[in-house]
Amino acid sequence: MSEDANGFPEPSNEPLVVLQDVNKHFGDLHVLKDINLTVHHGEVVVVIGPSGSGKSTLCRTINRLETYESGTISVQGKALPEEGKALARLRADVGMVFQSFNLFSHKTILENVTMGPLKVRGVKPADAKKRAMELLDRVGVAHQAEKYPAQLSGGQQQRVAIARSLAMEPTVMLFDEPTSALDPEMINEVLDVMVQLAKSGMTMIVVTHEMGFARKAADRVVFMSDGAILEENTPEEFFTNPQTDRAQDFLSKILTH
Amino acid sequence: MLELIQEFELLAAFWMTIRLTLWSALFSLIIGTFVAIMRLSPVKVLQSIGTSYVNLLRNTPLTLIIVGTSLVLWGQLGLEPASRDSSTFIVDLNFRLAVLGLSVYHAAFVCEAIRSGVNTIPLGQAEAARSIGLTFGQSLRHVILPQGFRGAITPLGNTLIALTKNTTVASAIGVMDPAYQLDNIAEFRPDVLFLGFAVIALGFVVLTLPVGLIISALSSRLAVKR
Repeated sequence: MSEDANGFPEPSNEPLVVLQDVNKHFGDLHVLKDINLTVHHGEVVVVIGPSGSGKSTLCRTINRLETYESGTISVQGKALPEEGKALARLRADVGMVFQSFNLFSHKTILENVTMGPLKVRGVKPADAKKRAMELLDRVGVAHQAEKYPAQLSGGQQQRVAIARSLAMEPTVMLFDEPTSALDPEMINEVLDVMVQLAKSGMTMIVVTHEMGFARKAADRVVFMSDGAILEENTPEEFFTNPQTDRAQDFLSKILTH
Repeated sequence: MLELIQEFELLAAFWMTIRLTLWSALFSLIIGTFVAIMRLSPVKVLQSIGTSYVNLLRNTPLTLIIVGTSLVLWGQLGLEPASRDSSTFIVDLNFRLAVLGLSVYHAAFVCEAIRSGVNTIPLGQAEAARSIGLTFGQSLRHVILPQGFRGAITPLGNTLIALTKNTTVASAIGVMDPAYQLDNIAEFRPDVLFLGFAVIALGFVVLTLPVGLIISALSSRLAVKR
């Protein structure tokens, strides 16, 4: 894998996640309008946009936590199956990190990370534990392994949630506003882990308001407003030279401070 | 008082209450969990079976159900959960029919208790379970039900206390429990009827009060911290 100037691996040209003409309504509200998006192997795509623009919904339809009415979504060339065993298998390959962490409250940190490998992949307990401890070490919370989620800070919980997803060896990771519920001083510890992940070549789709992360780690920025993708560009181009009025307006509001 | 307890075998009668309670608690927990799973499942048919079960059983008088097990299930339909060769055939039959009736009735309340426990779980827990690839069944087993039961301890405890007292309805089909003996006291020793009432009431307080205390302690100890 070749690297760019900042040490991030260059993405390949091989499509991994493909959305075609995806539409979704919440009642009368058209939350996703003819969404077309292709994410390639190793690519980091950051989705930004105002609240209610449908970016979280977009993220959640990719592993079908949200259904959609028309269009197709495929991951690794396979269309998303209906709810059932096949969908569960696909979800095992698609990591998901939530805004509210969603660690299993009744399980220890270690058990949170080993549950997927043990129950879904059938990994041996000793191997699952060893791998989980490596991952917890990588995200810097290995010393908290025996605690329960409620005993950890938000930033620590979110790093555990990333480790829990990584334990499944996903082909792509979805981040649904991973830092929006965090106290300001904890945002960077999570972003640091995400930047490391991007450098390791992980394919990532990140919904976020962190423009610094988008500039630093994104291969491509997708700007959404009112359920539609208005712009897709490299971070440099998007932030310095936004094409649509809506994007200019959005950036002027968030970048003045 | 001791004389009264001995004459009407009240200790044996309360032992019967305990046996009825334990067996019915066990079976109603099993049935109630299954009904709760049906109501929580994404399958519409199962949901409506679960909902119908709860509405039908919860709204039927317990006396009707208990007498029905004897007169209809056994008397008319020939369901006979005991062996005629046994010397205790009638006692066994009545006991088991009573457990059956108590179990199916209280299962409706157990189901609703578990559902209320499951409703305390944030939606994100189920989403996280699905997103790491757990199937619906695995999510239930490893994430939803363990947290749901912990959140349901208080309502389950209330159901257990209600069940303990409701076992007295079994006397309607000849199970020799305290209520059955109270009938005897009223018939053969009306002079101490008031004492009889008091002793039996006290017996139930002794049985149910510790349950309430244990439940309170358990529910705060096992509560899921969020």
